[in-house]
Amino acid sequence: MAWTRKILRVDLNAGTCTAEALNMAWANDYLGQRGLATKYLAEEIDPKCDPLGPDNKLIMTTGPLTGTMASTGGRYSVVTKSPLTGLVACSNSGGFIGAEMKNAGWDMIIFEGKAPEPVYLYVENDRAELRSAADLWGKSVWEADEILHKKHQDPQLRIACVGRSAEAGCLYSAVVNDLHRAAGRSGVGTVMASKNLKAVAVRGTKGVGNIADPQAFMAAVNAGKQVLADNAVTGQGLPTYGTQVLMNVINGMGAMPTRNMREVQFEGAEKISGEAMHEPRAGDGKPNLTTNAGCFGCTIACGRISTVDKGHFSVNNKPEYWGNSGGLEYEAAWALGSDTGVDDLDAITYVNFLCNEDGIDPISFGATVAAAMELFEAGAITTEDTGGIDLGFNRADVLVKLAELTAIGEGFGKDLGMGSKRLCDKYGRPELSMTVKSQEFPAYDPRGIQGMGLAYATSNRGACHLRGYTVASEVLGIPVKTDPLVTEGKAELVKAFQDATAAVDSAGLCAFTTFAWSMEDIAPQVDAACDGDWSVDRMLEVGERIWNLERDFNMRAGMTADEDTLPRRLLKDAANVGPAKGRVNDLDQMLPEYYALRGWSPDGQITAETRARFGI
Amino acid sequence: MQVQLELYASLMAYLPAQAERHKALLDVADGATAHALLDQVGVPRDKAHLVLRNGVFLGTEERDATPLQPGDVIAVWPPVAGG
Repeated sequence: MAWTRKILRVDLNAGTCTAEALNMAWANDYLGQRGLATKYLAEEIDPKCDPLGPDNKLIMTTGPLTGTMASTGGRYSVVTKSPLTGLVACSNSGGFIGAEMKNAGWDMIIFEGKAPEPVYLYVENDRAELRSAADLWGKSVWEADEILHKKHQDPQLRIACVGRSAEAGCLYSAVVNDLHRAAGRSGVGTVMASKNLKAVAVRGTKGVGNIADPQAFMAAVNAGKQVLADNAVTGQGLPTYGTQVLMNVINGMGAMPTRNMREVQFEGAEKISGEAMHEPRAGDGKPNLTTNAGCFGCTIACGRISTVDKGHFSVNNKPEYWGNSGGLEYEAAWALGSDTGVDDLDAITYVNFLCNEDGIDPISFGATVAAAMELFEAGAITTEDTGGIDLGFNRADVLVKLAELTAIGEGFGKDLGMGSKRLCDKYGRPELSMTVKSQEFPAYDPRGIQGMGLAYATSNRGACHLRGYTVASEVLGIPVKTDPLVTEGKAELVKAFQDATAAVDSAGLCAFTTFAWSMEDIAPQVDAACDGDWSVDRMLEVGERIWNLERDFNMRAGMTADEDTLPRRLLKDAANVGPAKGRVNDLDQMLPEYYALRGWSPDGQITAETRARFGI
Repeated sequence: MQVQLELYASLMAYLPAQAERHKALLDVADGATAHALLDQVGVPRDKAHLVLRNGVFLGTEERDATPLQPGDVIAVWPPVAGG
């Protein structure tokens, strides 16, 4: 089993919470989490609906391994139609709330409609009810979390919450759980706030014991944990340095997007790197990094817990930010640092705290600030637009001010909350938006890592590294090293990563396990936990089915294959330094082969044969 | 000839005393390879997972076979990853 076979449907219009059976036919085809919730979404909403209207639905979803003893089995996702991209959104988060949902007996919670007044959902095992959030509305995630814990007098209550940015309509707001883990991308928090749903508080004590073959499961899980422990990346590299260790790697190979992706190397990279987080600060002699941290059931523990120097200008009169909190991941450090030209580690850490506190996706925020800085430099934005703020690259004080405004949706922060695409459109320079399908890029320049260009262009949620992380192969040599500057073979590589990742996500596992695990390690765990035979081939087939389902949803939402592209800058303006000097991304050399491998027509349409193959 | 060695993450422990942050300028024999450079400062070869020469990945065989050129930058990491 592994699934609880039970979902909770919350009608926000009527204020009712109803249990219903999980559709097991769909579970057999889509496994769980990302895949299964996308199936529900695709079946239950009109893909053309207004993402911020009551006809959109929001699904919090676990996988069959969520809440089990499988390593990293604590993942959950928030699935909805994105207000940023207008496409399917699936934002994945760790922490503890996913496992808590499962322990309360729910595979999935589906929210529909819109509450007439702000509410939160309280779940205690089988009991589920909507309660007034009048006292929570207008509060930050951190404030609301504290209020709810005090109100329920339960320190073990797990809470997912939206912040003030979502209430203000920022289009890339996150759903933050456990204070500093986030379903971060594509504006899933904005959808949640649009439904007047402030928080979900869950307590589950039922356990997750419904494993198909417990003995086989324990053996498979233990074998998997041994692989993670013995692997130098998951056993040592990630716990010690976290994802931030990539800062110097990617910069060294000339694939570090810098100052709105105009450049490919950042002169300040060393100062904001994973290594720098270990160095004693000049101000107080303490390092930025306090310790690492793990999510539910994780035996890797890549998370960062950090502090800001109390004497730093950003917090010297704000003692509420002097404590430990969720620290920098590579993506946040890049977007807030390199892309804006800021090399002040304390400022970036503080802004990252703000992103957690008020539920902002730091990738989209940093990239939107970078676009604003270039618009300002070009004269398209002036101080009349910014409320007197003199925007400019490399300005830590400006970055801090803009984050404080965006967190509460005031002043120029309102403009920044639109995201890079709409901001650049508004100010008449659409070509300066570094986005795919209206979502901002993550931290790998596709001129220096060719396969990532194809991965970005074809990602089903707009520019995203986690839909097909070919960096593993092209840079890190996992599972095999490929040359980042060639295009040959990249279509096949991208497809393989996309399909495998969809399956891993849908199991309820963390993508980082795949630095050590292949599907040969994962399939036996799913197979032992779930009814039926879950072979490697079946897992990959499910992954490919999910990819096609997401594509189909997007096409029905109005997306065209013309949007499978990159910004002109990355296709026409060559890298200026480093190994990729003189190169653009050669997307046109990869895309036709990719369509063919997918079983799509030359113009990117899912063919009848492919639909029949996957039952779509 | 002189080359620049850069050691990152846990390999920083092998940096010579004159290093600044991650970087040290080192004299090596003409024709020296990346592996010879690592041997010179005591970095175990099996800990050098990712080796970049002027930003370009050097495979294991190239680390033995490709002679370094004056001014080359050799950057080395243990097994690491991110996302």
